[in-house]
Amino acid sequence: MKKSILMSVLLAATLAACSNNAVKEKPAAPVVDSSKSSQVSQPIASAKDDVATTVPGSKNEVVVNPLKDPNNILSKRSVYFDFDKDEVKAEFRPLVEAHANYLVTNPNAKVIFQGNADARGSREYNLSLGQRRSVAVKKAVNVLGAQDKQIETISYGEEKAKECKDETCYQQDRRVDIVYENE
Amino acid sequence: MFKNKFYLILFLLLPIIAKAELTVEVVGGAAQQIPIAIVPFSVQASPTQIAQDNISTVIGADLRLSGLFRVLETRGVTSQPHALSEVKYSDWASIQGQALTIGTVESLPGNRLKISFRLLDVLKQNQLLAMEFNITPAQQRATAHRIADMIYEKLTGEKGVFATRITYVNKENGRYSLQVADADGFNAQTVVSSKEPLISPSWSPDGTKLAYVSFEKKKPVIFVQSLVSGQRIVLANFKGNNSAPTWSPDGTKLAIVLTYSANSQIYVINADGTGLQQISFSNGIDTEPEWSPDGASIYFTSNRGGGPQIYRMLASGGDAKRVTFEGAYNVSPHLSTDGKLMTFIKQTPAGFKVAVQDLATGQVQTLSDTSQDESPSFAPNGRMILYATSIGGKGSLAAVSVDGRVKQRLKDTGGDVREPSWGSSQN
Repeated sequence: MKKSILMSVLLAATLAACSNNAVKEKPAAPVVDSSKSSQVSQPIASAKDDVATTVPGSKNEVVVNPLKDPNNILSKRSVYFDFDKDEVKAEFRPLVEAHANYLVTNPNAKVIFQGNADARGSREYNLSLGQRRSVAVKKAVNVLGAQDKQIETISYGEEKAKECKDETCYQQDRRVDIVYENE
Repeated sequence: MFKNKFYLILFLLLPIIAKAELTVEVVGGAAQQIPIAIVPFSVQASPTQIAQDNISTVIGADLRLSGLFRVLETRGVTSQPHALSEVKYSDWASIQGQALTIGTVESLPGNRLKISFRLLDVLKQNQLLAMEFNITPAQQRATAHRIADMIYEKLTGEKGVFATRITYVNKENGRYSLQVADADGFNAQTVVSSKEPLISPSWSPDGTKLAYVSFEKKKPVIFVQSLVSGQRIVLANFKGNNSAPTWSPDGTKLAIVLTYSANSQIYVINADGTGLQQISFSNGIDTEPEWSPDGASIYFTSNRGGGPQIYRMLASGGDAKRVTFEGAYNVSPHLSTDGKLMTFIKQTPAGFKVAVQDLATGQVQTLSDTSQDESPSFAPNGRMILYATSIGGKGSLAAVSVDGRVKQRLKDTGGDVREPSWGSSQN
């Protein structure tokens, strides 16, 4: 029990560290700064495309797709949950906010939130729990301005869960994956 | 004596066990087991007509599986009767037998077989049962199961379940297949297979159809498939998840779960897919509906109070009453056919286990010795509970008696087996 708490704290710290670094190092490359996102609607280069490619006027310069850039928080795609819980934990707020901002600034972008549960307990309850988790992430990005039409929520329940023996492993299965259209 | 020749053939056949999809291992047994001797049936038929397992082997395996019988070794006994006139009761009393089964298999014209059997009381030295069956060679196992059921009922006073069927999902080589098999795991047949998950099969009360959830359309959709014609219909493919189908006891309706309103809620729908009606309204998860045998109530899993617990409401909807109170996680209710007991999965400090609750007293007993249990269902006679668990990192089926004394492992030869459900006695 203590071990698992320690593990979650460590994991949380690591994830938090990752997100902080990402935010500091790459302050929202083609994405609008989060503080302005909800109001700002001035067109930006990448707004027309779901995927940023080249900056107009500089044909040879390739801009890294923020969704794929390992230094960008947007490349982080999983929100993890506690056992039998569907609350988005504070440590995942920066991740959820970054994706909300991306959806707001890229109104044509579409995303699927895929809910999952670990293999313990009933398959049907876990299917419902995975759904609750994906809806929880949807609500969190809705609040920040992402529109319903951009978002689909689905659940795999425990059907994609790994064969686990310990909490560290189970923890990996209790998550919502953020998958953009055409990915 | 011509019969001696058949013995020879019999002894050659005995050690050969037919290739089974599932093999069963029994752990423990009832406190008082009935000692029964089953003499290998004499066979007067061409070898091509005869099943690999002698009828007596199948009967013995069935009775042993129930945990209520001790099947005695008969080979050391001097007399090996097949007809009533050949029975020397003292031979069977000397090996502490209380019951004796004898019988014959004979060839009939038109590639048919006549199976005769008798059940005898060794102590009272009288006949308890005598029956003849005129069957096709393909019906030998089924007939053996029927005979086992008759013996079981005569000696225990309860209906046997050996002639019933079970369904489960087998995952092998990345494919899921929904299978139907005899209660002993033999004679497995694939109903449908898919590379996407299949879950939650549910028998129609008459045993002719299965409702199940398939992810083949990349999301959970409910199908109803006839086991007679193989035809299937989409029962529910609404926005969101469609899952957890269970038939009403009269077979006219199904309770299902939809996430139409974002949250899993319980609906009732006609068996032809018309007349959808929402019956549960909560802010939490409501799922795993299960009808009471009289069709008046629906038991279900809900986390409306925090963690998942089992509740009951009228089948027409309305207020729900909480049913489980012990522990923080109780799911997957299934009722015995007399409506007196509920089996479910309970999280305990030792893992997720099969438990049973007396619905009148509320008393709960944890039954299984395994720790990753799912999907419990009662045998039609209410004596055993079939469930899925994980053994050696692989999904397996297991069964436990309602008193927890008899435990069985149904070991498969290849796949990962899950989501079992025991059919009714009518199928």
